[in-house]
Amino acid sequence: MSVPLSPRFFAKSQLQLLIDELRHRSYSVVGPTVDQEAIVYGDIQSIEQLPRGWTDEQSPGLYRLKRRDDDAWFGFVVGPHSWKKYLFPPKTTLLSAEKIESGWQFIPRSADKTKFALLGVRACELAAMRIQDQVFLNGPYQDPLYRERRKQLFVIAVNCTQAASTCFCTSMKTGPRCEKGYDLALTEIDSGFLCEVGSERGKEVLDAFVSLARRASEGSSVDSNSTVDNVSTYEAYDATPEQLKSADYARQQAVDQITKHMETSDLPGLLLSNLDHPRWKEVGERCLSCTNCTMVCPTCFCSSVTEVRDLNMDRVERERTWDSCFNPDFSYLGGSLVRNDTASRYRQWLTHKLDGWHAQFGTSGCVGCGRCITWCPVGIDITEEVAAIREGTSP
Amino acid sequence: MTTSPPTLHENPWFTHTVRITNLIDETEGVATYQLVMIDGNSSLAYEFVPGQFNMLYLPGVGESAISMSGDPARKDGWIHTVRVAGNVTKTLARLQRGDTLGMRGPFGAGWPVEDLVGNDVVIVAGGLGMAPLRPLVYHLINHREQFGKIWLILGARTSEGLLYPTEYATWQKRDIEVTLTVDRATAGWNGHVGVVTQLIDRLQLPRPEQTHLMTCGPEVMMKYAAMSGLRLGIDARQIWVSMERNMQCAAGLCGHCQLGPEFICKDGPVVRYDRIRPYLFVEQL
Ligand code: SF4
Ligand code: SF4
Repeated sequence: MSVPLSPRFFAKSQLQLLIDELRHRSYSVVGPTVDQEAIVYGDIQSIEQLPRGWTDEQSPGLYRLKRRDDDAWFGFVVGPHSWKKYLFPPKTTLLSAEKIESGWQFIPRSADKTKFALLGVRACELAAMRIQDQVFLNGPYQDPLYRERRKQLFVIAVNCTQAASTCFCTSMKTGPRCEKGYDLALTEIDSGFLCEVGSERGKEVLDAFVSLARRASEGSSVDSNSTVDNVSTYEAYDATPEQLKSADYARQQAVDQITKHMETSDLPGLLLSNLDHPRWKEVGERCLSCTNCTMVCPTCFCSSVTEVRDLNMDRVERERTWDSCFNPDFSYLGGSLVRNDTASRYRQWLTHKLDGWHAQFGTSGCVGCGRCITWCPVGIDITEEVAAIREGTSP
Repeated sequence: MTTSPPTLHENPWFTHTVRITNLIDETEGVATYQLVMIDGNSSLAYEFVPGQFNMLYLPGVGESAISMSGDPARKDGWIHTVRVAGNVTKTLARLQRGDTLGMRGPFGAGWPVEDLVGNDVVIVAGGLGMAPLRPLVYHLINHREQFGKIWLILGARTSEGLLYPTEYATWQKRDIEVTLTVDRATAGWNGHVGVVTQLIDRLQLPRPEQTHLMTCGPEVMMKYAAMSGLRLGIDARQIWVSMERNMQCAAGLCGHCQLGPEFICKDGPVVRYDRIRPYLFVEQL
């Protein structure tokens, strides 16, 4: 890539023009929005839908939305949703079968045309996407839907300017700074956004957006709900040294707030060589096998296929849905369940995520986003479980 | 859009229509099917490595992973020996010649046929475990001069369960030492009675360090067969077992078939014993 532009600066309200430009290029823009007392990812048409002035408070088993005392637009961390729902949808039809006179015929899913633009992707989430790329694209077999959507994807990253008590991206070396894997990356400061370019496509969109913003500021026709409040701020679009400094400061705040740590020097290896550690039984007694951790995890990719048929069985669809290693049936084999108790399911999850994943995909399966900690109803903390296994182990 | 079907790499879900062109009842509840692809007459059709499997699909019921059991050199259809065990195989058993079903594959890692060149081979099969091993036997026979001594030890609960009995004589003629054993003698059986390991333990391997052991059957049997192999001086890296797990996607994308760090569908079903040993018989793994 040959796009090392110096960061640009634009006023906050001009983010609307970026959304407009992407929509104009037929992207479905999705981003953070408040729904059911959480910040989730959904369709975004207007900057009004962003969680301005909201923040999230997180700790093991606890998530709470709170009003901020400022008007920050991205002043929160990560919520129960992850972007995987767009590239690897919770439910999708893989193919259909139709009975015609000569017998069954099978119709593959038609190519997917949806172009998503993700707005507000955090560093750990960029890392999660790279991990899912390993799973769905870089092995001997690809997932066609993931491939089609991934190829079309436009990514606008946002650098974290704060961290939750559950965040440990620094341990997993995935954040909080967005380093790669984005088309554009924003850092929010009081007066606006600094915007870095990460790809040719990003540059193209930024340039188009810049001229759109110019025209807007000159009063020519643009989308009516675009509001450009300050022409002069806009014209200085190369970030000033002061702005660069504010951005550094804002990003450093996230680094400084991270308190959680997971030791990774003996991973992989530690867990798979401690399959009979008593801690598995102990955590198995606390864990409810509710599947929350696997549903919120941005890298978990297990799925199952079910048959959806019409009444006279002439047409059948094969539907893939997210599954979880915490579901009892998940390990069904020849009439019985291999992992019949919760301890064995928790062990499967953790050994896979932090240990087996390395052998399979050349990377850890954890990016340190902390979702599984926050959304576990009994507050089981992955970092504590790893530490406990390590403790009872002779080196 | 291209008209030729996508490769398995591009779309592992791509399903072909196959027609049952032949059907042989083997033993109680076990039948062998010949399946011909109605869309596939390319020269690559029906190519597979012994030990690989296909996903057979009965619309409305589901899929089942079934190993190929035919001669890899034959190009006239997929040969599968299937035991009625779940809904898919139950439905399959009700089909007749001329009926169609879905098929995708071939998937998985098979027997390490390249490694066997110049070496001696011990094959240990238990019950239906002979099915995924038969393509290996055919392969060894097709290139008999490339391999040293070959033993085939075949066990089943009773003599009824010994698969493909009419072929043993041909195999013997091609210089494969076939020995049989049953757990329980029924009328007319006057061969060996006992577990396969007794027959393995008896082998006099002229060069254990150049001997490879391939086994397929119930997991306990494979474990003891592997242990017997080790006692005879065969290196754990030269022992291969064929594992069974719940396979859904067959492509390492759905997570169901994991055992320790292995995806049985993609890294197996045939796996090297030294790699899988730490995870065999760990309870509920
Ligand atoms: S395991 Fe937990 S902390 Fe790690 S990526 Fe998944 S949800 Fe985030
Ligand atoms: S660890 Fe927590 S979130 Fe995960 S299944 Fe157990 S109870 Fe549910």
